[in-house]
Amino acid sequence: MTAKKVTGSQALILSLMEEGVDTIFGYPGGAIMPVYDALYDFDKEVKHILTRHEQGAIHGAQGYARVTGKPGIVFATSGPGATNLMTGIADAMIDSTPLVCITGQVAAPLLGTDAFQESDIVGMSIPVTKWNYQITTPEEIPEVMAQAFYIATTGRPGPVLIDVTKDAQFGELEYKYEKCKKIRSYVPETNIDPHQIKAAAELINEAKKPMLLVGQGIILSNAEEEVKAFIEKTGIPAAWTLLGLSALPTDHRLNVGMLGMHGNYGPNKLTNEADLIIAVGMRFDDRVTGKVSEYAKKAKIIHIEIDPAEIDKIVKTDVAVLGDAKKALKMLIDNVNPNTHESWHNEFKKCDAIENEKVIQKDLYPTKQGLTMGEAIRIVSEKTNNEAILVTDVGQHQMIAQRYFGFKKSRSNVTSGGLGTMGFCLPAAMGAQLGAPERTVVGVVGDGGFQMTIQELGTIAQNKLPVKIMLLNNNFLGMVRQWQQLFFDKRYSFTELHNPDFITIGKGFGINGHTVDKREDLDASIQKMLDHDGPYLLEVKIEKEDNVFPMVPTGASVSDVILEP
Amino acid sequence: MKKEYILTVYSENHIGLLTRITNVFTRRKTNIDSLTVSESALHGIFKFTIVVHCTEAMAIKLVSQIEKQIDVLKAFYHTNDEMIFQEIALYKVPIEPIYESDTIEKIVRKAGARILEITKDYVVIEKTGHKEDTQALFEELNQFKVMQFIRSGRVAITRDPIERLSEFLKERDAFLTSLD
Repeated sequence: MTAKKVTGSQALILSLMEEGVDTIFGYPGGAIMPVYDALYDFDKEVKHILTRHEQGAIHGAQGYARVTGKPGIVFATSGPGATNLMTGIADAMIDSTPLVCITGQVAAPLLGTDAFQESDIVGMSIPVTKWNYQITTPEEIPEVMAQAFYIATTGRPGPVLIDVTKDAQFGELEYKYEKCKKIRSYVPETNIDPHQIKAAAELINEAKKPMLLVGQGIILSNAEEEVKAFIEKTGIPAAWTLLGLSALPTDHRLNVGMLGMHGNYGPNKLTNEADLIIAVGMRFDDRVTGKVSEYAKKAKIIHIEIDPAEIDKIVKTDVAVLGDAKKALKMLIDNVNPNTHESWHNEFKKCDAIENEKVIQKDLYPTKQGLTMGEAIRIVSEKTNNEAILVTDVGQHQMIAQRYFGFKKSRSNVTSGGLGTMGFCLPAAMGAQLGAPERTVVGVVGDGGFQMTIQELGTIAQNKLPVKIMLLNNNFLGMVRQWQQLFFDKRYSFTELHNPDFITIGKGFGINGHTVDKREDLDASIQKMLDHDGPYLLEVKIEKEDNVFPMVPTGASVSDVILEP
Repeated sequence: MKKEYILTVYSENHIGLLTRITNVFTRRKTNIDSLTVSESALHGIFKFTIVVHCTEAMAIKLVSQIEKQIDVLKAFYHTNDEMIFQEIALYKVPIEPIYESDTIEKIVRKAGARILEITKDYVVIEKTGHKEDTQALFEELNQFKVMQFIRSGRVAITRDPIERLSEFLKERDAFLTSLD
């Protein structure tokens, strides 16, 4: 490819084109104006989504990245534009979401002088980015952009931030783009050691009570078919983490449910009965392990993981298989013996029956007066034939949605896991819809989180994105209230919300909607939301003091999971 | 059990990398006792020598979190026994006591220290050794009221006959070539 003379801004946009970018989420401002000017000539090649706040842009990019597997692209200006991205960057870092964030910066001679809208975004974002870099000369742009995409998308994915000074955007360079294929100091994944596979297979073949933990690594490495083939051959029950959800179809016979604080009874209880844990692409988050010193004490641990820093970080492994989950599972399948583990499965079934009676039936088919979150989720899931993309916010509704929404396809569950970012849902749902325009996207959100990024209703309306927003309104910060009820003697300190008329707000943005508060109207209301051509806001007034169970109380062992208060 | 470990980190020389590395310690609430950065024997590769007081499990975690940084090539941890190490200390002492007796001269001789500069107001003494040695000299000299004292970060070299970094770089080169 021969070089041609372009400005730094043009080089930046051309680099994005080389990387196949079709959607950008952003918000212009002084220090990034040259880039926006260059973008003006590319309106046919790339869609730019002007959000109402930079936080909306970055969560939008996260939603897009999670459903497409492609990196999410974000533009923001210097200073407050850049700092408004920080929550989303931290969220993407802990949830391994590939993002390339481009921030404008004051001109290089002004760096460090407290210039107008100057902030040290490179310094600030160090702990929450996989990599970041400040470009101060136009010549650096093509190579740094190529590295940014390579780093964000390979190995354990994550957010990258590139800060570009305004003079570098204006300056000229001889543009020539080459995709990055390697970096000396960075090895995205190691080649899998066959000895480790042998050692893992031996443990698997000997195990009487094995359990497989499906993490997001399965989705990130496109190992859905491999994990299915592996469990089908070995008969090993598979439980999933919050971010592993949708990797395995809900109705798969070996899917035993969700791990963790509000996960299913069986997988939590039986973690401490298992003699082998095979953890794939997950990081033993404290919400999954409960009290670590009492976690899976009877079990040997196999950890299949791409990030070497995760090995032995929380739980000591017996066999660590470093590398890509898909490749590791492929190799393992050939080395393991067929099995069914019938009596072990029966233990899960016994737990399921208990949970079903004590919790699930009451959540999904309640007979009490108030509407439950569970019944609303169940109806949406049924009506979308388990084929929708579910996007949730953070809190009670999130846990209920993760527990009861059904899935057939991978990359269908978008939620803020590690960081637990309220306000994630609405912009992420918008990004998910842009990434998967042909699919139904349902955003399930609480009344607290909805108001944190409610301005993105404007972006949804402007872009005519047919997102279905189901607001589960209990006029409370429900999860905090639940903890106050259970652990703080019902002292409801600042958790009750005096809410606005959400439907009127939606209408103000040009989004139709209605409220439902009676069980007999719920089914038709959800149908109306799903049938509506375009975005729709359904407010479900749910019982004020509904709780999420089962629950592993903080600091308790997973086997001490409780089913009722 | 907590003890002293020497972490050596080899990296590209990129702006901001020092912050990335020290952040790993901050997040793990581990204090850096000393830090030295310089170019290594290999052109363009920088070496960080970091002394920490922690458990071995923590040293392992620190090393893996440091290695995770994109611009870091490799990190190792060692016990003091596994390395030859030195620190350098400078002491600025008033000149009068030297006129009055030969105590300082004796102290300097005994400690194997040397005098770098003498002026009409002060004398500057240099001592190379382990922290205990340079500290002991400080205590002795301080009877004459040391005016300034500074100790450098640690510099350290492994006793291992195998050069693990060179081995590592060979492997890495082979790996990178295999990607072509």
